[in-house]
Amino acid sequence: MAGMLEQYRDVAPPGTVEFLRQLARRVEGKRMLHVNSTRYGGGVAEILHRLVPLMEELGVQARWEVMAGTELFYRTTKSFHNALQGTPQSVTPDMLEAYLECNRDNAKRLNLEADVTMIHDPQPAALIEARPPGAKWIWRCHIDISTPQRSIWQFLRSYVVQYDAAICSLPKFAQRLPIPQFLIYPSIDPLSDKNRELAPEEVNRIVEGLGVLQDKPIILQVSRFDRFKDPVGVIEAYRLIRKSHDCRLVLAGGTATDDPEGVEVLADVQKAAGSDPDIHLLLLPPTASLEINALQQAATIVFQKSTREGFGLTVAEALWKGKPVIGGQTGGIMVQVIPGVTGYTVNSPEGAAFYTKRLLNDPELMAVLGRQAKEYARERFLITRHLQDYLGLMIHLSGGRA
Amino acid sequence: MSTERDIAAHRAKEPFRFVSCMELREILSKRAMDEQRLLELIEEVHPDSIYYHTHRYFLRHPYIQGLYPNDFATWAAIHAQDRILGERLGILDPFEFDDIERLRSEILTIIADHLSHIRTVPRCATGEPFEFVRSHVIEADLNRETRTLGEFRDELATVDPGAIFNHVCEARLRKGRLLGDFACWISADEGLGLSELGEQVAKVGRLGLSLEGMRNQIVGLCDRALGSV
Repeated sequence: MAGMLEQYRDVAPPGTVEFLRQLARRVEGKRMLHVNSTRYGGGVAEILHRLVPLMEELGVQARWEVMAGTELFYRTTKSFHNALQGTPQSVTPDMLEAYLECNRDNAKRLNLEADVTMIHDPQPAALIEARPPGAKWIWRCHIDISTPQRSIWQFLRSYVVQYDAAICSLPKFAQRLPIPQFLIYPSIDPLSDKNRELAPEEVNRIVEGLGVLQDKPIILQVSRFDRFKDPVGVIEAYRLIRKSHDCRLVLAGGTATDDPEGVEVLADVQKAAGSDPDIHLLLLPPTASLEINALQQAATIVFQKSTREGFGLTVAEALWKGKPVIGGQTGGIMVQVIPGVTGYTVNSPEGAAFYTKRLLNDPELMAVLGRQAKEYARERFLITRHLQDYLGLMIHLSGGRA
Repeated sequence: MSTERDIAAHRAKEPFRFVSCMELREILSKRAMDEQRLLELIEEVHPDSIYYHTHRYFLRHPYIQGLYPNDFATWAAIHAQDRILGERLGILDPFEFDDIERLRSEILTIIADHLSHIRTVPRCATGEPFEFVRSHVIEADLNRETRTLGEFRDELATVDPGAIFNHVCEARLRKGRLLGDFACWISADEGLGLSELGEQVAKVGRLGLSLEGMRNQIVGLCDRALGSV
């Protein structure tokens, strides 16, 4: 019976499946545990749903544990998240104690027995205090901690330094640490609802269901309504493009009802959009994977015009669908958008408008960039490459240079 | 002298086994914002970091191979906007060096000489510092074994590019097999014993080719030896 890994044979670069099988032989039977704070929602959970069974199929005894927390714990870790990404937060001693208490409770509740354990993000970081003897523990940081709030980083750092290694998504996200820090890009799953190939009729049905006509070029940005994603700048760029080219703009993102700033940003975006019938603001729930997929497949050009960004995997999603991306010159966008090859990086609405017009005027160039975008995503940003990196790290930490 | 038929029929005593590899990248948290600091850090980093920044060109996707084949040259030219240093470092061919310390020494000499002739040390103008990374190569035996030149040629034509990197670049500078594994096996008595072909294959590394370019050249040399072209 063909396993899950075989399904990736036609989408991953040639030879990938064989290489993974050979690589995995070196860690066959080893126990690997992933721990994070949520089973559903968010990029980490999305990837683990696939990575864990793929590792099992390759002979690694892979498991995934999810920690449970109180309301105060989640409020605290949300503050950690913002503080570590550079937005100052007020975190009280009670909150820090709630964080540690929750980690201690989970250490008693969860089965932490494994040869290699990967702890994802700050929420379960303090579980390191319960590491079983002889086990290798890795802290996998998925966020940008390059300019953290000092007090919060100092608190977290006292746990991180106890790990055997850390993983960052970009070199600039790394902090000075006395443990090895590895560079592993995140990835997308090409077979998930968000990224699998859809039939044109399915795309049409979904996109029309969202009220977006495909009668003219569609410029799309998929992102939360957050100032760092610069949705108002995207509308400014669209207005410059509209002076010469008829097109639609779709801004698709979450409602962010729990985020007061998100509500404010959305209001600003609605004001900037005015009554233009060709601007579509779509408030989609986090479960709207098929809708996002269909919009990306229907788009002519995809924007990710952020002024600050973590890795920005929505760029890889668009590249995988063969779309040129116009992205802000920041964070992980810069390793995904290669100027003139998979899209263009820009620093202003004018820059975004300029390159959009260039592409709209030259459909052949757009097709070339789209093809290159897909091939680049295939090579660099698929889950199979991510799996390879994790296996490589397991081998390395097990003392395994051949 | 061997005829093409002899060459095709000869079976090696020791088979050639293709072993591929992947690169695990370690961030060293050492950053240079100007060329003086670049020089100092090149002097102190682990040899695996010098290797990574002068060889990763081969394993990179063709879309991102950069202006020059080594990262120091590309950073100097683009981020420090120092085209002269970029050009002087860009011409360096890692295949001219027998070990990584000699390569490091040459890079240091070039940068030091360049800095001694200018008044202001060029600084990063784009906000992107030079980030030192080190690589750990993880090998995986592909279970592909060949004993004749024809079998070797056919496997080489389709093998994962990581295997070419491993048998050419890794073999030379990190394992001390200066001719590279392909040339060694082709020349060796326990291998195919074809010293002339071995010498030609060893020279392929010096042509400044990509891994695909190396593959095509070596496959072409095998085809000529087999008389199939």
